[in-house]
Amino acid sequence: MIRPGDFVVVEESELDSLLGALRERGHAVVGPTVRDGAIVLDLIERAADLPAGWTEEQDAGRYRLRRRDDGAMFGHALGPHSWKRWLHPPTLVRWRARRDNGGFSAEQPAAPPPKYAFLGVRPCELAAIAAQDRVFLGGPFVDPAYRGRREAAFLVAVQCASPGGTCFCASTGTGPRATGGFDLAMTEVVDPRRHSFVVEVGSERGAEVVAAASHRPATQADLEAAVAATAGAAARMGRALDTQGLREALYRRYEDPRWDEVGKRCLGCANCTMVCPTCFCATVEDATDLLGHSTERRRVWDSCFSQEFSYVHGGSVRTSAGARYRQWITHKLATWHDQFGVPGCVGCGRCITWCPVGIDITAEAGAVRPGDAEGSRP
Amino acid sequence: MAATTEPLGSLVGGADPMRPEPFEVRHVTKETGDTFTLELVSVGGSRLRPFQPGQFNMLYVFGVGEVPISISGDPATPEVLVHTIRAVGATTRAMQKLQKGAWVGVRGPFGTSWPVQQAHGQDVVLIAGGIGLAPIRPALYHILLHRALYGRVVLLYGARTPRDMLYAKELREWRSRFDVNVEVTVDRATMEWQGAVGVVTKMVQRSPFDPAATMAFICGPEVMIRYAALGLQQRGTPDSSVFVSMERNMKCAVGVCGHCQFGPFFVCKDGPVFRYDRIQRFFGMREV
Amino acid sequence: MTIHSLETVLADHPFFRELSEPHLDTLTGCTSNVVFPPGEFIFREGQPADRFFVVREGRVAVEVFVPNKGPVTIETVEGGEVLGWSWLFPPYRAHFDARAMNAVRALALDGTCLRTKCEKDPAFGYEITRRFTQVVVARLEATRMQLLDLYGRND
Repeated sequence: MIRPGDFVVVEESELDSLLGALRERGHAVVGPTVRDGAIVLDLIERAADLPAGWTEEQDAGRYRLRRRDDGAMFGHALGPHSWKRWLHPPTLVRWRARRDNGGFSAEQPAAPPPKYAFLGVRPCELAAIAAQDRVFLGGPFVDPAYRGRREAAFLVAVQCASPGGTCFCASTGTGPRATGGFDLAMTEVVDPRRHSFVVEVGSERGAEVVAAASHRPATQADLEAAVAATAGAAARMGRALDTQGLREALYRRYEDPRWDEVGKRCLGCANCTMVCPTCFCATVEDATDLLGHSTERRRVWDSCFSQEFSYVHGGSVRTSAGARYRQWITHKLATWHDQFGVPGCVGCGRCITWCPVGIDITAEAGAVRPGDAEGSRP
Repeated sequence: MAATTEPLGSLVGGADPMRPEPFEVRHVTKETGDTFTLELVSVGGSRLRPFQPGQFNMLYVFGVGEVPISISGDPATPEVLVHTIRAVGATTRAMQKLQKGAWVGVRGPFGTSWPVQQAHGQDVVLIAGGIGLAPIRPALYHILLHRALYGRVVLLYGARTPRDMLYAKELREWRSRFDVNVEVTVDRATMEWQGAVGVVTKMVQRSPFDPAATMAFICGPEVMIRYAALGLQQRGTPDSSVFVSMERNMKCAVGVCGHCQFGPFFVCKDGPVFRYDRIQRFFGMREV
Repeated sequence: MTIHSLETVLADHPFFRELSEPHLDTLTGCTSNVVFPPGEFIFREGQPADRFFVVREGRVAVEVFVPNKGPVTIETVEGGEVLGWSWLFPPYRAHFDARAMNAVRALALDGTCLRTKCEKDPAFGYEITRRFTQVVVARLEATRMQLLDLYGRND
């Protein structure tokens, strides 16, 4: 009888049985897969859909796929997608309304929330999900759309063995190993003799699912192999961020001329906010049919980098690119703490990788401290 | 799989804060050139929405859009929701065309309120500029209803020209009371205007209130608020006794869309009424 | 008797706060009490205006006469405020009209008298000039705010 806290082993060849167990329980499995020259997240059918043997080269404004010399399925870091695409979808219909006799009534769509299983959630991403939990579930207003999806989602975490060129979870305390917040957490152990997953059971739900899949109990050797697999990960981070006193430093430096310097480089393209796993800003669109008889209120992802984001009649509050960059970085690394009681940045590095001009949050954060050198490589 | 309706969010009155409930326009008053007041009553069954002075509703015009508008009516009679609106964009211009009987979607009330209880036993100075008088009026209604609980009550109101003054008739009524001190000024006079001309902030220096035992409520353009607060500082009123109402872009009004952020604050739920000493630092900064 | 009460009035007035006794004495010598009934002009644009006024009670409209429009009030000056600074520099002529909107009681201070005393006693001159500079600065700031047209379409 498997219980939370237990460790079992699932062989790579048996991974499909785990996916099968999840599907039998009504979960649509979402996991990493190779598409369009990147490792993205998508609905997957089989273990064969996973990016076995692939890894990435990542740096500021750079992302390339590269072949590994083994068949590891999770031997990569992170692509442009994060799990917020499924928990906090880019477009969501809040309600629909029909006009009748000069009046109208608004109704919520009655469909039940979709049920997902997320396969391959990195420790930094678990922290990001926890951060969004605080936003959507932790305040006086509980977002019903998020809650439905979140409660139904089954989380299979993967401990990181191969951090990427822009990763800095070791600095933000959000990785490379996760200790909770998952239903199952897998460590991939791959060498010429074996390819298996050492699975830590994190919840009752997780225990029940893994019990229905092909597994065997983990031996001491298995546990040691798992520890070894991720042992050096913390030392192989591509970036570092000194978080000591960072919040206070950013609060002090609101009017630092550096923001105007960054503003000269920033295109306002909003890539960083789209790939960031904690960014949650959204706008509201009201869309009417041609005859004006029915209308939909949609929630749509938005970005503080857009000019209209801060528009009040007469103009926008933040017109300069520097002010908009300052807003984003200060929110992420300082005001988020005061708003939600948790950090806003989980060190995933996506914003660095996907910025077309290579603006590096660790470098900018380092620069607001007097005496700090440019850039923050470990 | 059982069909489930998505669970309701929880807020004031138990209404789903994301879905507008229909209200009907009972009366439209044209105030000035581009400003008008709507009186809304609930449409059969829509819930009564009690509010505190300083709070706002999100008002929705079918198929057009939704905007945050301060409630400017009497909190003692919430069965009629009064909103004074300026036509500056697509939605507010659509509202300007609404006639009696038209439906408006209402979500709310949202936000923090003027600390009318905290002001008991003190003088109260209300400083309003332009349409800023609209969110201040509910506070004045409340104070006048409980007049004995307060010391001196002062209203300082500045408008662009005499023709841009809101609630002119009520201003005259308040002015004629013996227990309220009302000073009105304009930036530009017309030929007939016999009142004061000049900025409203100038009136702070001469106003008869006790700076050490006063709460001040300020509402108007941010520039005006800065100078009014400065004037109060010069009189010796501590910043912790000064409250201001702010405005930012709002889409959700419940703190999850991120648009209304002002430094670390969400204007929709940490405001719109803020204690001045808490936000003063950000108030003086550009593009925050 | 009159001089004594004038001195008290001057000393109490916010504009002359913290002036020393000797300086107050100097000032009193140039001061007289004036009253303007409603509608009367206190000074006219272009006319010699070698006095400034410390308004005690009432409201004064500072006006400009605009052709085809008539008199436009650009500012009102009330009790506690100072009116007129043309006495400071030649040609000592008013640039605006000032008209009593209601019964106005004020102290009038003679420009020639004051200028003489300022030259004789630079310390006194500095005190007076300093206070006037403050008035002009405050008026400029207020006027700039009025110019911003804050309540207009583009708040």
